[in-house]
Amino acid sequence: MIIVKNLVKKYGDFYALNGLSFEVNENEIFGLLGPNGAGKTTLIHILATLLKPTTGGAVVNGYDVLHNATKVRKSIGVVFQAPSSDDILTGYENLKIHALLYGIPRGTREKRISEVLKLVGLEGRKNDQVKKYSGGMRRRLEIARGLLHHPKVLFLDEPTLGLDPQSRESMWTYIKEIVTEEKVTIILTTHYMEEADLLCDRIGFISNGKIIALNSPSNLKQEMGGDIVKINFIGDIPSTETFTRFDFVHKVELEKNTAIVYMDEVNSNMHSLIKDLKGVRTIDYKKPTLNDVFLRLSGGSLSGDSPEGGFMQRYAQYKKS
Amino acid sequence: MLSTRNRELKIILGQLYALWLREFKVFLRERSRLVASTFTPLLWLFVIGSGLGSTNLQIGTDYQKFIFPGIICMSVIFTSVFFGSYIIWDRKFDFLKSVMVAPSSRTTVFVGKTLGGMTTSLLQVAIILVIGVPLGINYDALSLLQIISIALILSFGLTSLGLTFGSYIESLEGFQLIVSFVVFPLFFLSGALYPIDNLPPWLSFITLIDPATYSVDAIRNSILHLGTYSFELDLQLLLLFTLLITLIGIFSFKRMKAV
Repeated sequence: MIIVKNLVKKYGDFYALNGLSFEVNENEIFGLLGPNGAGKTTLIHILATLLKPTTGGAVVNGYDVLHNATKVRKSIGVVFQAPSSDDILTGYENLKIHALLYGIPRGTREKRISEVLKLVGLEGRKNDQVKKYSGGMRRRLEIARGLLHHPKVLFLDEPTLGLDPQSRESMWTYIKEIVTEEKVTIILTTHYMEEADLLCDRIGFISNGKIIALNSPSNLKQEMGGDIVKINFIGDIPSTETFTRFDFVHKVELEKNTAIVYMDEVNSNMHSLIKDLKGVRTIDYKKPTLNDVFLRLSGGSLSGDSPEGGFMQRYAQYKKS
Repeated sequence: MLSTRNRELKIILGQLYALWLREFKVFLRERSRLVASTFTPLLWLFVIGSGLGSTNLQIGTDYQKFIFPGIICMSVIFTSVFFGSYIIWDRKFDFLKSVMVAPSSRTTVFVGKTLGGMTTSLLQVAIILVIGVPLGINYDALSLLQIISIALILSFGLTSLGLTFGSYIESLEGFQLIVSFVVFPLFFLSGALYPIDNLPPWLSFITLIDPATYSVDAIRNSILHLGTYSFELDLQLLLLFTLLITLIGIFSFKRMKAV
């Protein structure tokens, strides 16, 4: 459905995207994860033909984003990060205007508008001004708007940003419903790992403008090297060999007086692991989450060298203009 | 072949209607905009009109009547050019992006928005025309048609000008500042407040390159029969200006960054 090849976007000397390549299959929910300023939104803008890549290219629904922009636009729906519906108009009016912009013929227009309103559960509020909507309703209206013209691909740029946990969960239900009802491929960016875990068939991690991992959520978690056991010691910690001599241990990290052990099958192997240890204060155990994967993958860039909020990107843009 | 072209035309008309409808509905719901922007022209008409009118100027008619065409143009100038600031608003929210990502051409977006701005100006002109009746301005069918045509053309041109500025300027504050430098000269140099027959050469030259001059003159021709040039010449020059600025506007819109 989407093929991205060696995509590069440069702002001055700054690479927002640095040779990005991947493919998205039909009817899957593809998650784009990565720290702020990693290039997720830039990538969506290029795929939505709003931005031209410096080099490289992409094909969406069989159309080249550079040479066939109008066809690409007809094939996609986009829900941007910032609210983009006009809040002085009603929900219905917003949809009508977009239906006209997409050239949906008069005969099917009204039917389609009520269809998408129903899909996102807003039929009852369609004649209210959007400024009276809650954040979640606004988002849902925008998703409805993105679906009006039966797009093949729907881009959702942080669809649950700023929503309370309840609205977020209901949004997940809507998104899942959309995939089955509308037969649409979804590209979704998010910072919420449980969201990505729950919704996405596959996840691509972007860091510094590159895809650094691409797999299904369960495979990504498996690549972490099994379950994580944290053992905190009262005094000195034993040497690495104390742990690595077992076959079921993949890796050990030692910090101050804590050992972090990555191992298979905690339930059956824990006993052998700890029976000879002395001076253990606490033992902590968890299954790896996508969050652990994220922190591992974004490594240094999360904690320091890439400033918050895509600052470098904006600075580079500023310098350019 | 013809039917595909017909269908495409239909889609473009639908898009123009959509863009216009949005501006019109927003305008109708924000009545404070209408009240605020009608207030200034009326202030000029009554305060300056009556005040200076009491000083016995040699202009061939009552001063308030004399500046009436200028006040019509003033309201068009202010509303139209400042309409360009809404494109900055649209960009601040992602509304503009959502329009840009639809399969409508930039030219369509530009023209649709301009039509929206034009409607706003026209409603104000209508209000001022009504107020003109008790002031002793006489219209007939022809003069009304002429005034409305002139107001439409001028506002199309100046909305284009405003949108052109809006497509280059990123902040609302910057827009206000820069546009003030355009709006006030357009108004003051148009001969809205004084006859342009006996001006010193330097001033006379500047009035000649101000498109508003020809609108004021055309309307003055139409309702007061006091024009400096003929109505036809005014109309032609105004059309020329509008065409030029619209082309510049479309060009600017096409190269405007979407994000």
